[in-house]
Amino acid sequence: MNAALQAPVEFFRLLLAVIVVLSIATAAGELLRQRYDPKGDNPVIENLNARISSWWGMVALLAIAFLFGRVGVVVLFAFLSFAALREFLTLTNKARADHWALLASFFVVLPLQYILVYVGWYGLYAIFIPVYAFLFMPILVALRGDTDRFLSRVAETQWGLMIAVFAVSHVPALITLDIPGFEGRGVLLIAWLVVVVQGAEVLQYLFGKLFGRRPIAPKLSASKTWEGFAGGTMSAVVLGSLLSWLTPFNVWQAALMAVLIVTMGFFGGLVMSAIKRDKGVKDWGHLIAGYGGFTDRLDSVVFAAPVFFHAVRFLWAAG
Amino acid sequence: MNGGAVTAGLRRLAARITGDAIVLFARLITAPRTIWQGIEPVPRQRIYYANHTSNGDFVLAWASLPEAMRRRTRPVAAADYWLTTPLRSFVGKEAFRAVLIDRNPETRSEDPVALMVAALNEGASLILFPEGNRNMGPEPLLPFRTGLFHVASRRPDVDLVPTWIENLNAILPKGEVIPLPLLCTVTFGKPVHLRPDEEKDVFLTRARNALLALKPKEDA
Repeated sequence: MNAALQAPVEFFRLLLAVIVVLSIATAAGELLRQRYDPKGDNPVIENLNARISSWWGMVALLAIAFLFGRVGVVVLFAFLSFAALREFLTLTNKARADHWALLASFFVVLPLQYILVYVGWYGLYAIFIPVYAFLFMPILVALRGDTDRFLSRVAETQWGLMIAVFAVSHVPALITLDIPGFEGRGVLLIAWLVVVVQGAEVLQYLFGKLFGRRPIAPKLSASKTWEGFAGGTMSAVVLGSLLSWLTPFNVWQAALMAVLIVTMGFFGGLVMSAIKRDKGVKDWGHLIAGYGGFTDRLDSVVFAAPVFFHAVRFLWAAG
Repeated sequence: MNGGAVTAGLRRLAARITGDAIVLFARLITAPRTIWQGIEPVPRQRIYYANHTSNGDFVLAWASLPEAMRRRTRPVAAADYWLTTPLRSFVGKEAFRAVLIDRNPETRSEDPVALMVAALNEGASLILFPEGNRNMGPEPLLPFRTGLFHVASRRPDVDLVPTWIENLNAILPKGEVIPLPLLCTVTFGKPVHLRPDEEKDVFLTRARNALLALKPKEDA
């Protein structure tokens, strides 16, 4: 059995297109460096080039996972969840009494959630963290008896699980949906979601840099502007429609779905910025060059994925 | 071939593999971020003196050094902890090649300062926790014991590098065995040297302040 044969032909077409776009971006970044930054000391250009090379790594990782189908996607997102949860819980309120609850978050709740997604048990993975982890984790903490900042400790841990595990797991869950006429092509839906949301982020950034005047939430982020949001969203919607051949949607449906996920992604980024401000950090982590942490890269996907998942499940999936 | 030499060779190999495995594990769990602030990671002879909140401290400081420097760097650790079981003794003495000191002045046969200076004279760098004990309280840093001063006065040429380890206390609180996977930062700062005729307390305060200065600012 050749696992690579599981990937539909559209996947390779998309991969080729992404490689072309990244090659152009790499060449442009190199040109900018030669023209304006020969010494390598312009922070904007250096950051841009660091981001582009990070993109190569991310695309390679995603492509390998997609080639392995359901297993690959579930395992990849489980590791991304692990990295994001680690970043999130590094910044939350903790006490010694939380040790077992935190260990359970990483080594029991997270793997169980992804096993449930892998076997496609929707009835349980949709409520496992919001109901069962929500009720049992504070019991583990309460048993240790430390009541200092108890509510904020359990609430912040639960938030970490909801964001980094529950929401992220809705991306691989897309592959388990049974969509008539779309059998065996679930990875394409994930690829479409990731390309549109991440593309929107890049486009919003570009439009913001070029035309940005009025910040949406000046206290949170000077770089998130109404102009960037509007320009980035509209161009990402065009991108989503152009890529409708990856999805079970027609062009108009793809455009509407793109509006939904891009808007959720944008405001998700805003919420995550608010948390970073609250915790006094600029980035969630340090492992992705040019971007900071995994959570910095995932924040928009986190907010888009569950809403997208339910919209597809409600409107397209069978049964 | 001599059987004893083969056993000793295998034992050294096992010790090296154990050390590398522990470093890899520490890196996977905590993804430590290493910051060299006002100092370069070059193989000079140094004493890295660090804050001590967890048993994992020196593993992390050790894992943060580039490999060539790590091979020459020995942690200074408490004999009463590392000699209690054969496994701990193997890990402590052979994998980490720790300089084991007896913290109790009444029972000890060898002077800790003499042991540390002997290790320095053999060319090793050291990782030292000048607070003496793990810090369990709300204070960021306990007062320093005098060991750092005595070692520095016998080897004033060696760089004393302040090393701040952030967040390890949450990863492995006292009494816990399984570490939590959280992010860690190890910051190496500008080296300190004992000045000629500098008083003990003045020097210890200066060294302590240099270490405190590396502590990341508290959340607003």
